[in-house]
Amino acid sequence: MRIVIGEGSCGIAAGAGKVHTKLSSYLVNSDIEIGIAGCIGMCFLEPIVDIYDGKKLLKRLVKVKEEDTENIAVSLRNNDFEALKKYEISTEDSVFLEKQTRIALRRCGLIDPESIDAYTSDGGYSALKKALTSMSPEEVIEEIKISGLAGRGGAGFPTWFKWNAARNSEGTEKYLICNADEGDPGAFMDRAVIESDPHALIEGMLIGAYAIGAKNAFVYVRAEYPLAIIRLQKAINEAMEKGFLGNNILGTSFSCFLKIKAGAGAFVCGEETALIESLEGKRGMPRLKPPFPAEKGYENKPSNINNVETFANVAWIIENGGKAFSSMGTENSKGTKVFALTGKIKRGGLVEIPMGLTLREVIYDIGGGIRDDKEFKAVQLGGPSGGCIPKELLDTVIDYKALNATGAIMGSGGMVVMDEGTCMVNMARFFLDFTTKESCGKCVHCRIGTKRMFEILTRITEGNGKDGDIELLEELCDGIRSGALCGLGQTAPNPVLTTIKYFRHEYEAHINEKKCPAGECAALRTYHINEEKCKGCTLCAKKCPVNAISGKVKEAHIIDITKCIKCGQCKEVCRFDAVEIK
Amino acid sequence: MCGHCCNSDLSLLTEVFNDMNGNGDNLISVLQKAQDIYGYLPTDVLYEIAEKTGNSPAKVMGVATFYTQFRLKKVGKYLILLCKGTACHVNGADSIEKAICEELKIQDGDTTEDGLFSLKTVACLGCCSLSPVMMINEDTYGSLTPAKTVEILREIRGREAK
Ligand SMILES: Cc1cc2nc3c(=O)[nH]c(=O)nc-3n(C[C@H](O)[C@H](O)[C@H](O)COP(=O)(O)O)c2cc1C
Ligand code: FES
Repeated sequence: MRIVIGEGSCGIAAGAGKVHTKLSSYLVNSDIEIGIAGCIGMCFLEPIVDIYDGKKLLKRLVKVKEEDTENIAVSLRNNDFEALKKYEISTEDSVFLEKQTRIALRRCGLIDPESIDAYTSDGGYSALKKALTSMSPEEVIEEIKISGLAGRGGAGFPTWFKWNAARNSEGTEKYLICNADEGDPGAFMDRAVIESDPHALIEGMLIGAYAIGAKNAFVYVRAEYPLAIIRLQKAINEAMEKGFLGNNILGTSFSCFLKIKAGAGAFVCGEETALIESLEGKRGMPRLKPPFPAEKGYENKPSNINNVETFANVAWIIENGGKAFSSMGTENSKGTKVFALTGKIKRGGLVEIPMGLTLREVIYDIGGGIRDDKEFKAVQLGGPSGGCIPKELLDTVIDYKALNATGAIMGSGGMVVMDEGTCMVNMARFFLDFTTKESCGKCVHCRIGTKRMFEILTRITEGNGKDGDIELLEELCDGIRSGALCGLGQTAPNPVLTTIKYFRHEYEAHINEKKCPAGECAALRTYHINEEKCKGCTLCAKKCPVNAISGKVKEAHIIDITKCIKCGQCKEVCRFDAVEIK
Repeated sequence: MCGHCCNSDLSLLTEVFNDMNGNGDNLISVLQKAQDIYGYLPTDVLYEIAEKTGNSPAKVMGVATFYTQFRLKKVGKYLILLCKGTACHVNGADSIEKAICEELKIQDGDTTEDGLFSLKTVACLGCCSLSPVMMINEDTYGSLTPAKTVEILREIRGREAK
């Protein structure tokens, strides 16, 4: 028997490391092995402990706490599986994985990410061998073309086309670069792949390097992912030792070296030309395109940049054939896509689904719908470059074209679900706050335009919105979209435009009635005590920092709204849910 | 050389510069290593790096101020990274920030007078399913509420007072 603990960053944050230590201490001198895996994607159930017999999963224990470990260890020693029932995953929660189709995540959470043997014994590096020994670079590119694989970093550009361009570009020194900057706040697909199955990325990159003719490759990983960097470095070292990286890989004439470059915290460095500047050690300011990286990239040499998830699909495609990949999905979007499902969702985590499912299927069937029985309001796709999709469009299918038609984008995979308590104007303000801070400052439209939009959105949420503000926002959006130099600025208006398009009434309520329908904007809300619910416990009155609450013991209390500073502490301390926001 | 008060021990950088010559390391990596050594990037260190890497001080400063990872001021013993990414925003990161600021009487980017805590807001720590999230040095804390956050801070302060 073997037990495996899920130790990706989120598992560890939820306490998986402590569970591991405790379990180990209780299981010394037993023949039960303890190992680790990366992230299975069921973040809402972490920490997760899987019990295996060989390769067969016997039991999956979820939300395991330190206190539970002694009990679990005793049951394991006694082979008493009945006693483990109370920790086991429910059938309801099992649905989360059952409805998924996993290609990029195929080994995530199942194998030990820190062991190359775990990868090779599961068939790893056989696709590399196949490509190097039985396919020409052109045939590799052709197979990727048949698969219909498109870039998963956001833009959805056909991968084969970029590879082909880099291959045909003049020059003998070429570079392959993996974009692991994952800047969309609220997305963690790439982190999970690197932490859970780093060799899948390396294998995909090697096949790509072979296809375009690159001898040197980089992975640009964002600084906030220390564990991903550690595991990837370990994987690179092991791959070097075993001859999958370095000179004359697998005895062929193909040689390739791989290096990690840690980013230093700048969203714009996810943009490919800014990333190249940063790789060169400079400020990450985007370059004007053309020339495209395929002609002049890193050190002005032909370069090809792909996203982590794009590469994670490559070995599978070479192994199973492009047709197997393109048989999944829709007319214009093939294969699968990974999403990081978060926000006000019941079952949040990593979801990989075939293209063509609807948003409703992902949010309700897989994600279990909205937490705390609240109403669904919108789902945000594509982060700061994307948009908010309302309830009426929940049946939109997930493919590049259909999502673009809503005004949002597929994006890199962030899927943040919002409920009735989220103010959409404030949401737009949140994203503009982000883009103003992250704008590199090179072009005027982006640097100043986003700032003006942010100011307008701020005044609206503070109750100082003016007649004509919505139209002014629309005008600014138009200008920035067409005038900005890079994708950051060009797409920055999307969160504003989609919220105006689908939630105009919320903007109008803020501006005309000075009301925030969601009750989120502090300046526009007033606190009241519901007389029927209030038990007169006096807790709120004691807590209020400005003595705005009065009332006798065991009688309903009242808030003097002229004194109230809207700090919300009364609502927080009330045990009877009697404080209401209007 | 900068006429500043920092007086850093520049000999600690020797190894960084030696490494650099070996494998053509770039300016960003050098700054990252320097920050690992000093905890932040003191002005005299920036000048030294400019000289040894053959860049102008303006270029070094330009890179150091472009990336949010680099700090030009000393940070407290406990560095709080509070996530204000989308998932955390939707789940109430603003109220967590308010709680921290009120408890420690500092704003984003500041350090408490006793040098114990610094607060920095960041966009996404990659643990979105546990949002709202903060990291204090190496430890991640998830599913925060204002009350829980204050409790964590007081616990650390209590431990330090002993
Ligand atoms: C502002 C901005 C941020 C971006 N951030 C990322 C990112 O974090 N990760 C990523 O893979 N692509 C990002 N991209 C897209 C890249 O420029 C590029 O298109 C992508 O890495 C290409 O890989 P793919 O073809 O495999 O998608 C970003 C683009 C822009 C304009
Ligand atoms: S949004 Fe806070 S951890 Fe991702």
